[in-house]
Amino acid sequence: MGVDFEKVDTIVDEYGCNRDSLISILQDVQNEYHYLPEDMLRQVARRLELPLIQVYGVATFFKAFSLKPRGEHMVRVCLGTACHVRGAPAVLDEVKRRLGVEPGETTKDMQFTLETVNCLGACALGPLLVMDDKYQGQMSPGKIRKVLRDYKKDAEGK
Amino acid sequence: MKKLRSPAELERLRDRIVGQHDPERPYVSVCGGTGCHAYKCEDVARALGNEIKQQGLGERVELKVTGCHGFCERGPLIVIYPEKIFYQRVTPADTSEIVSETIVKGKVIDRLLYAEPGNGHKARCEDDVSFYKKQQRLIFGNNGIIDPTNIEDYLAVDGYSALCKVLFDMHPEEVLDEISRSGLRGRGGAGFPTFRKWEAARNAPSYDGIRYIICNADEGDPGAYMDRSLLEGNPHSVIEGMIIGAYTMGSHHGYVYVRNEYPLAVNNLGIALDQARQYGFLGKNILGSNFDFDIKVSRGGGAFICGESTALMASLEGRIGEPRPKHIHTALKGLYGRPTNLNNVETWANVPFIISRGAKWYSTIGTEGSKGTKIFSLVGKINNTGLVEVPMGITLREMVYDIGGGIRGGKKFKAVQTGGPSGGCIPESLIDLPVDFDRLTEAGAMMGSGGMIVMDEDNCMVDMARYFVKFLTEESCGKCVPCREGLDRMLDILTDITEGRGKKEDIELLEELGDVIKEASLCGLGGTAPNPVLSTIRYFRDEYEAHITDRRCPAGVCKALITFTVDAVNCTGCRVCARECPQGAISGEKKEIHFIDQGKCIKCGLCRDLCKFDAVLVS
Repeated sequence: MGVDFEKVDTIVDEYGCNRDSLISILQDVQNEYHYLPEDMLRQVARRLELPLIQVYGVATFFKAFSLKPRGEHMVRVCLGTACHVRGAPAVLDEVKRRLGVEPGETTKDMQFTLETVNCLGACALGPLLVMDDKYQGQMSPGKIRKVLRDYKKDAEGK
Repeated sequence: MKKLRSPAELERLRDRIVGQHDPERPYVSVCGGTGCHAYKCEDVARALGNEIKQQGLGERVELKVTGCHGFCERGPLIVIYPEKIFYQRVTPADTSEIVSETIVKGKVIDRLLYAEPGNGHKARCEDDVSFYKKQQRLIFGNNGIIDPTNIEDYLAVDGYSALCKVLFDMHPEEVLDEISRSGLRGRGGAGFPTFRKWEAARNAPSYDGIRYIICNADEGDPGAYMDRSLLEGNPHSVIEGMIIGAYTMGSHHGYVYVRNEYPLAVNNLGIALDQARQYGFLGKNILGSNFDFDIKVSRGGGAFICGESTALMASLEGRIGEPRPKHIHTALKGLYGRPTNLNNVETWANVPFIISRGAKWYSTIGTEGSKGTKIFSLVGKINNTGLVEVPMGITLREMVYDIGGGIRGGKKFKAVQTGGPSGGCIPESLIDLPVDFDRLTEAGAMMGSGGMIVMDEDNCMVDMARYFVKFLTEESCGKCVPCREGLDRMLDILTDITEGRGKKEDIELLEELGDVIKEASLCGLGGTAPNPVLSTIRYFRDEYEAHITDRRCPAGVCKALITFTVDAVNCTGCRVCARECPQGAISGEKKEIHFIDQGKCIKCGLCRDLCKFDAVLVS
């Protein structure tokens, strides 16, 4: 089966096939697929007439990009300074232990991807955990089980 | 909307907008900053809107969702004008009463007022709240008044009048002179005099006449979010500043490089740019002045290093965000090899004020070397977390105790960390230090973008140093050896110290490494990277020594050096901790004092967190 490049081509065209817009193009491609599939990276390189190494370089340099598929739910633990001083490391440890993955990894059942972020600017809520786009403030190790359980149920209910 | 073609047309429009506004008519401003969004302020706004309609006040009361009001700790916040009644921690359930009591009858609802920590005194209006009292909200003040998605709100507060003045009454040289006399210094970190940058970019030769100006909104400093709040809450002030800068430097192309992690800021900025174009403040022949300028938005890829000018420009060109040596400044050869000026969001937002009210007025605020106000994000172990704008020269004590309301939970103040990963920690002994660019640098910290993280006795300074170095090793682009390898080595040493493997000579080695990294790194990231380590050694050497010599973490943070035990007095034998312990390390029958098996304990802290009786001790 051939790969469908229509979506990627549309995105590239939206930016006028402009090489300078590489980062924006990759952001939009990632929004579409939740990660950057290899075929799509190759297509972006072809369309922009850029060497693949440059596209790959940008895709691996910036933290926002992922070359691996991500799970159904994104678990982001804020490790900004304000969250750190309020105990974010213990929160992260507990999330790691419960999910059995390190930051950047996805659980085997593809339900959760764990990531850390450097400050989301909601410091009054620290330590902060973001489930998908939902802010869960004033976290502590003891609250993690419930937060994850709610989402597991969610996923099973579908 | 037809494009405005002259200053007279703008003034006519402004008169119409102001004329429509009845100052006596009540309006409710709901804080819509990211902090309040996290508290679900949109539900409050929706409920308020419904109540206003249901109680038949539709036409008589105006409802506005504005930018960040700054007092993030107490969100969701609302302010009811014209009396400026200030309600905090508002829920949708409160809205019916707010409309029927406060708006209709003018009665204040006591439980929604803010109570001062300490004396419990209730503050009725915003101006009475101690958090706001010592602030001078020059740049940030309009955030709570205007709807950022409506340009006419900005025009109502005299928006774009500075631009008019510049375009029609001032020569670029005069603008430059005004900025120079104001004493404005860059708000992004290093505090470089703004007019110098402008002058260099204006005078630099460009073979095809193209010059660029850029707004740096890649706010990567963890714990600082004032730039985001400005872009979210008052994007036109930044845009106006940029147009004035463009006119002064003879540039027709501008960029805003903004973090993609700030979706609301990206959104509001986009709306503001569209509206500015519609009204004729951007594009060809701005307000009929024959001056052309437009702004593009570029979303960052999430790299701390891209706050550095040359890395940012590389990223704007679609390349990897690596800095280059600055033998030739970006003012001469920056973006696409053309003269380029880069200023931070807050710096741009200062410009319209300086032009409108004059350099003379502006330079009366602040200290000898640092003029104007500065927005800080006051976060960490502080009672009143939030964004505060204060005149330069205010003391740390006023920041922490008067505005910040002191330390949470009655704990003891230990230090303030300023300047993010490039800055340093300031100890309690220097709490009367006036906060400005030069004093902070002398103290071994720096202004940075304005993050101010307050720490108490429960924070370990070695752990803090390690935190920043770890952050920087991850964010170092890896191009130059001192930063890439030096920081890695620093992290190794600090990890050893925090895990109980520290050696006596480590402190000296850290200092030596720090000096080399500072001197030999390619860019500002490496050049300032050792600051968190060097400043904590300078002021908290005893904590390093306790870790190394006594194998002890005085603050009880470093896992390898602490033990969890059960306090026999407080333990009720409820078995909650024993049930939840992931290691099965806690034993004890119901109603009997429990015991933690140190051999099994992984020090996750779950037991301490779950215990309702404070019966788990850390030593």
